[in-house]
Parts: sequence; structure tokens; C-alpha cells
Amino acid sequence: MTTNDKDIVLHVADVHKTFGGLHALSDIDLQVEQGKTHAIIGPNGAGKSTLLNVCVGRLAPTSGAVIFDGHTLTGKKPHEINQVGVARVFQTPEIFPELSVLHNVMVPAFAKRDGSFSLNFMRHLDTQSDIRSEAESVLEDVGLVAQKDVHAGSLSRGDKRRMELAMCLIQHPRLLLLDEPTAGMSRHDTNTTIDLLKRIKERGMTKIIIEHDMHVVFSLADKISVLAQGRIIAEGSPEEVRANPKVQEAYLGGAH
Amino acid sequence: MFFMNRRDILVFAGFTILVLTMPIWLTPTGAAYPALMQTFAIYGIMVIGFNILFGLTGYLSFGHAAFLGVGSYTAVWSFKLLTMNAIPALLFAVLLSGVFAVVIGYVSLRRSGIYFSILTLAFAQMCYSLAYSVLTPITNGETSLQLTLQDPRVIDLAFTERGSGLPVPNLFGLPMTGLTGFYFCAVILVLAFFLAQRITNSPFGMTLKGIKSNQNRMDYTGFNTRPYTLAAFVISGMYAGLAGGLLAVTDPLAGAERMQWTASGEIVLMTILGGAGTLFGPVIGAWLVKYAENIFSAFNESVLHNFFSFLPDGMEEPFVWVAALFVGEGWHLTLGLLFMIVVIFLPGGIMEGVRRIGTLFRRRPDTSDGSAVSAKQQPAE
Repeated sequence: MTTNDKDIVLHVADVHKTFGGLHALSDIDLQVEQGKTHAIIGPNGAGKSTLLNVCVGRLAPTSGAVIFDGHTLTGKKPHEINQVGVARVFQTPEIFPELSVLHNVMVPAFAKRDGSFSLNFMRHLDTQSDIRSEAESVLEDVGLVAQKDVHAGSLSRGDKRRMELAMCLIQHPRLLLLDEPTAGMSRHDTNTTIDLLKRIKERGMTKIIIEHDMHVVFSLADKISVLAQGRIIAEGSPEEVRANPKVQEAYLGGAH
Repeated sequence: MFFMNRRDILVFAGFTILVLTMPIWLTPTGAAYPALMQTFAIYGIMVIGFNILFGLTGYLSFGHAAFLGVGSYTAVWSFKLLTMNAIPALLFAVLLSGVFAVVIGYVSLRRSGIYFSILTLAFAQMCYSLAYSVLTPITNGETSLQLTLQDPRVIDLAFTERGSGLPVPNLFGLPMTGLTGFYFCAVILVLAFFLAQRITNSPFGMTLKGIKSNQNRMDYTGFNTRPYTLAAFVISGMYAGLAGGLLAVTDPLAGAERMQWTASGEIVLMTILGGAGTLFGPVIGAWLVKYAENIFSAFNESVLHNFFSFLPDGMEEPFVWVAALFVGEGWHLTLGLLFMIVVIFLPGGIMEGVRRIGTLFRRRPDTSDGSAVSAKQQPAE
């Protein structure tokens, strides 16, 4: 590695995960650099989602550790991991369908400002103008400000995803995990999302992306790790990975 | 800190007027007698608190009558041991039911959904058994806890001589009976409504709504949801304890049947009937159920004969015969039918019906519940 330790934001160190007899992840060692977009690709069942779940505390690794910015994330609860600056976009949008779009985006801002628990019930929502205007500006960013008063549940799938992204962005996370951010989107929506993610990158936010769509991966990633059968079989810049014969074999092998 | 927007002020003022003028507008319905209006106010408090847990946070407790019972017993003990003043009785009722809520909530909230409901039901039935038989020295079992002439009442008797008859609960000398009792309960109902309105419109209330909507997202958004749900549980338990205490203030005795699961079920029914998650709805549901229980159940055949007397001879009898099934003893049948109709056609309760009628009249799209706030101009602070 040419980078020194202080540029590494997330270090997945020697992680193993077994489900019964199945080795979902073996010898995973991953280093994500500050401000970079790191893509994890691989055929179905390669362990990509398992890896992401280990990073956010949804699954505990069988052995190994995940270290984020000096904090050991292993064994921490999801809300503790969020509070140190890790936000996550899910494969199927996880939103608050009954609340308005604006409120969906304001809720995460309260977690950021008041911590994981606060009995802030003597304040009125209408006096939280700082958070409201911040939410509006984030919605402006993702192009949803016109729909801020509609029920989030009535948004299209693509808009739900963009709103979920806004819910993460308002927290200014140090690390953003994106699980197939464009799955099920039209080509037009996919391109809008790519543009949006490129803009976030300019703000120096570190991102991990899991994606099937190679168009998305090669437009965004600074570095790619290829996962197959629970192991990292290749790692490098998009050009290196594209040229790697092992990768081509894994993809062909996975498809047939 | 006490900021309210225009909508809040309207809602709060409307509610206050509605509650305080109850003796006037209830007169035509035959329900304007103090004992029933006290019940209306007290169960209003009960369901406002229950709604914070069920309507806002999405946790359906089937054991809230336990806190009502704890509140009643505590208040009666306060009358027996210390003073007939209502204030300490209510304070103790709220505190002790809060303690019970912390314990029961801490255990029950380890699960959600149906398992949470079952756990609360189990706890409430345990409380009922304790009150009914095990803890007889404290609760007086099936004969109910009552005031006696030998009660120590240390604070009262330090200042006055023991009277000849049983004393009545008072507010610094003002006896809590009749209309005075009602207005006392009504003022507390208005305060309880105010607090619930604060909670609903605060970031805390928004967090509770988030938990109801998608708890998984809340976890990944950095909220520690357990203390939030526990806080909601304890707040609603304290509301129930306050209601139980008021039941004892207006009628100083406490029986175990107040804690039975049917009583808990009734609270759930009131809330759903009126509209869970709304501020007004549960209160209206409580009033309807209590009205049905007290007025409808008193209807008899002669009342029905009067009612159907406009019908031609021969028609009157069958009508009276059918209608008689639904009044008097059969008032549960009416309530059951009403409940079914509301749940099937208006899943959001009576408040949803009101909202639908409202949109019909206004003929413009209505943003739902609290989110309407953001659509209009904010008054200056």
C-alpha cells in the first residue's frame, strides 16, 4: 500500500463470517481511503451484502474486526455506529412512509444534533427552523424540494431512494454505505443518481458502493474490490480490475 | 419554550371550550349529570395517554388498565393514611404508576408487535390477580379498598377533629363532588391534552412517529429506540395512573375489577374507534363508549315504544322487538356493530370520517395530520 494509516477511514481487518457450515466471508481485508469511493462488486451470493451488514453492525463477524476512524465497530449497535458517522442507504429504501418528505429528512437531523436519545418534548417543531432549512437545502440537492409536503410513501421508487440519500446526507456522515443505489431504476434515474453521487464526492465524503450495474461502478469508483465466494479475488483501480482475467472468469463463472 | 403555531392554538382552544362547556351541550343527550361527565373527563385523560404509546409510537398495550388500578389504589391509600386532599393523592398515583410502568415497560419492550401486546396483557393479569387475592391486606381483595372511620389520615387529623361521618376528597377544603368534581377533572383533562399536544408537535414526538413508521431505519439513523419507547410507555402509564387517581378522587374506592383485561381492551377499543394517532379522536372514542355504557344501557322497552310511536299499529311491535336487542343489556351489541362499521369503512376511526367530510367541503387536497403545518405561513415567534 502506498497510503499511510491516517488516510484509511475504514479498515475491515481479517474478517470471517460463517453461517453454519457456509463460509460467507473469508479473510476479508479491506482498506477504504478518506474521500474515496470504494466499490464492491461480485456475482450474486459473493457476500457483498454480508460484508456491508458486518460494517454497520447488523451482523457480527465470526472473527476479525471492523475499525472506523479509530473506533472498533465490531459488536456495536447500529445506532452507535451511526453516531460515530456511518450512514447507510438500503437496497430497498428504508424510509418513514407515513411522514412527509420534509419530516423524513428532518428526523435524522435530530439524531445528529441531539444524540441517540433526548427528551426534547418541550420544543416545538416549528421553532427548529435551522433544521428545517437544512432539510430543505438537502432536498434541493437531491431534487425533491417540490415534493417536500407529500407523504413519503407515495413517492416513486427512484424518488424514495433519493430521499433516503437525503436522509443520510443531512447527517454529514464521514462514511456513506450504499447498497445498490440504482437497483430497479430507469436509465434516466440512474444517470441522475450518478450525477448526484459525483457531486457528493466533491465534498470529500467517503463512500462504499455495492453495485451490479457496471456503468454505475465505472462512473463513480476510485477503487474496486471484487468479491467471489466470500473472498476478495481482485482489487485496484477500475482499469486494473477491468483488465484482470480472474475478474472476467469470476463473472463468467458466476453467470453460468 | 411555549411556542404554539396558529393551528395548535385553535385546536387547544377548541378542545378547552368543548370540555368546559360539556354541561351545556350534553344536556339534550341526557348525559349532563356530574358522575358521567367526570367519567368522560377521566377516560379522556386515560386515552390521551394511551394514544402516546399506541397512536404515536405504534406499541399496542393490552395492559393499561393495570396502571389505572395502581393509580386508584394509591390515591385511596393516600386518603386513608395522609389526607383527603386530592393533590397528594394524584401525585402519588402518578408516581407509583410511573414506577410500575418502568418495570413492566422495561421487560415488555424487549419485544414488539403481538409479543409486546401479550407481555403487557400477562403483566396486567398478574397485577389483577395480585390485587384480587394475593395482596389482600393492601387491596382488600374482592370487597374493594374503601375509606373507614378508623383511617389514620395523619395530616388531616393534625389540624382538625375527626368528624362523625366518612369524609369526602377535597381540594384544600373544596369537596370534589358533583359539578365541582367534574370541573376539577376537566381542568386536568385540558392540561393533559396540552402536554400531549406538546409531545406530538416536538422533535421527541416526531421520533416516536419515526419508531412507529420504521424502527429499523431509526436504528440506522442513530436513534437508540429503546429509551424512547420506554419513555412513551412510562408517560402513558402515568397518564393512566392519573386517570385512576381521579377515579378515586371522584369516588374514593378502588376495586380489582378496574384492572381486568376487559378494562384494558375497552381502552384499546376507545382509541381505535375515535382514531389512533390523532389528538381528538381517542377522546371522542372514550366519550362514545362511556355514553353507550351509561345511557344506551338504560334504554328500555317503554322508551322504545315512545320512540317508535309514530309508526302505524302492528309495525311498532316488531321494530321495538328488534331495537330492544340493541339497547339495555344489549348495548354491547350496538358498540360491537359500531366498532365493526368504523374499522371496516373508516380504518382511521371517527376522525378519519371527520377529515373526509372536511375535504369534501373544502375541495382541496389535505395534507394529513401534523404535516399540514409546514404548508402554511409560519407566525412570527
